[in-house]
Amino acid sequence: MSTVKIPPVLRAAAGGERTVEASGATVGEVLASLCDAHPAIGAQILTADGELHKFVNVYVNDEDARLMQWTDTPVGDDDTLLILPAMAGGQ
Amino acid sequence: MSPSYQDLLGNAREVIPEVEPSEVAPRVADGTGPLIIDVRETAEWDQGHLPGAVHIPRGFLESRISGTAPDLDQEILVSCASGQRSLLSAKTLHDMGFTNVTNLAGGFARWKQNNHPVEVPRILTAAQRSRYSRHILIPEVGEEGQMKLLDSKALLIGAGGLGSPAAYYLAAAGVGTIGLVDDDEVDESNLQRQIIHTTDRVGMNKGESAKQAIAALNPEVQVNVHPFRINRDNVLDLVSQYDVIVDGADNFPTRYLLADASLMTNTPLVHASILRFEGHASVFKPYDGPCYRCLFPEPPPPDLAPSCGEAGVLGVLCGVMGNIQATEAIKVLLDIGDTLSGRLLIYDALGMTFTELKVRRDPDCPSCGPNADLQLRDYEAWCAGVGSHAGAHA
Repeated sequence: MSTVKIPPVLRAAAGGERTVEASGATVGEVLASLCDAHPAIGAQILTADGELHKFVNVYVNDEDARLMQWTDTPVGDDDTLLILPAMAGGQ
Repeated sequence: MSPSYQDLLGNAREVIPEVEPSEVAPRVADGTGPLIIDVRETAEWDQGHLPGAVHIPRGFLESRISGTAPDLDQEILVSCASGQRSLLSAKTLHDMGFTNVTNLAGGFARWKQNNHPVEVPRILTAAQRSRYSRHILIPEVGEEGQMKLLDSKALLIGAGGLGSPAAYYLAAAGVGTIGLVDDDEVDESNLQRQIIHTTDRVGMNKGESAKQAIAALNPEVQVNVHPFRINRDNVLDLVSQYDVIVDGADNFPTRYLLADASLMTNTPLVHASILRFEGHASVFKPYDGPCYRCLFPEPPPPDLAPSCGEAGVLGVLCGVMGNIQATEAIKVLLDIGDTLSGRLLIYDALGMTFTELKVRRDPDCPSCGPNADLQLRDYEAWCAGVGSHAGAHA
């Protein structure tokens, strides 16, 4: 099981958790398992076709998954996934 | 019998030729003159000196001359106030083996009387030396760096949660000109975090309110209040007047507008954003690192991008993130250290953790990529319409 860090805006959809455990050998599998367990997250980060929205960044440890193999990027048990939508707040 | 002062001068005159200011002035003017060593004390040097002269106080002449003039046959003209200390200094150089040393007859006083050009070095005043003494002690800043800050201009977008601490510390640091863009007025609900404002200034324009606070803290800072919203019609004119942009905006259209304007004017952008207990910070150096759109190609929809007014923000978080911005702005202005360019710093105040992510330039970036067709657009419409989702107002 790898660890997924949940951004503040998705925490309500994850039952208030800041991190959750999810299984899977690739970014795509881990996110699918996350969305199975927390369908409200899937509703916000996945398109109707089940693809990740372009506004969602996913990092495996400190690297952008888009610059690796995107959803096919391998994920190990010790890896941390971070879901990162942009934040606009400044005031 | 020991030689008197007059004896010493006389002995020196026997071996050191004197040069009248009018003889050497044309060569100084066209850059073909000798190396000029000014041996006066610092306070005298600070009042003005010959153009291009090098300052070595007489007490340091023997120890420092080889660093300035490694060639013993180099032509050297020594200068002081009236031509006597320089004569003895020139004799010292002669005794050290320098073969082509002359003395400026009548010294700087005669040079000035003859109306030859004078360079007055820029120095900090006594009051500035005192105010910025803790900066001056830092080798990476020093007097030179402090003067650079005094000459610098920072544009802050928003005098709110991030802009308040950033403006306060940049003003304290002596950043000479601070521009504040904010069309909003101080509200009581701002005061939990926007520390540059005060209860008795509720209702005042935030830029004006911040200007009053800055004037009380550091009156020599020039504050330009821009009490309007930044848009594609005014952004380039505004941004091009400044050396760095500190983005404390509260909405995506403004953030993407600033990101593109930063690239178009080649002005570094210091980014931060905040929500609840979490802050993001980075630095976007145009074409020298990733830009905002390399990191976030598109804004999220409104329900995934609530404003602090909708979702809340810990007041102290603004202080941490605004001061990270001020720190990065100072580093950018002084060109020191390693900025957050190429990195996104995420601060989670609840877990008290700092996480760093790598941010790389996107070769297909529509703003800074090689095939980008960069032009200002209607960012409100673009943010509302990108992808299949609608709206993105914080």
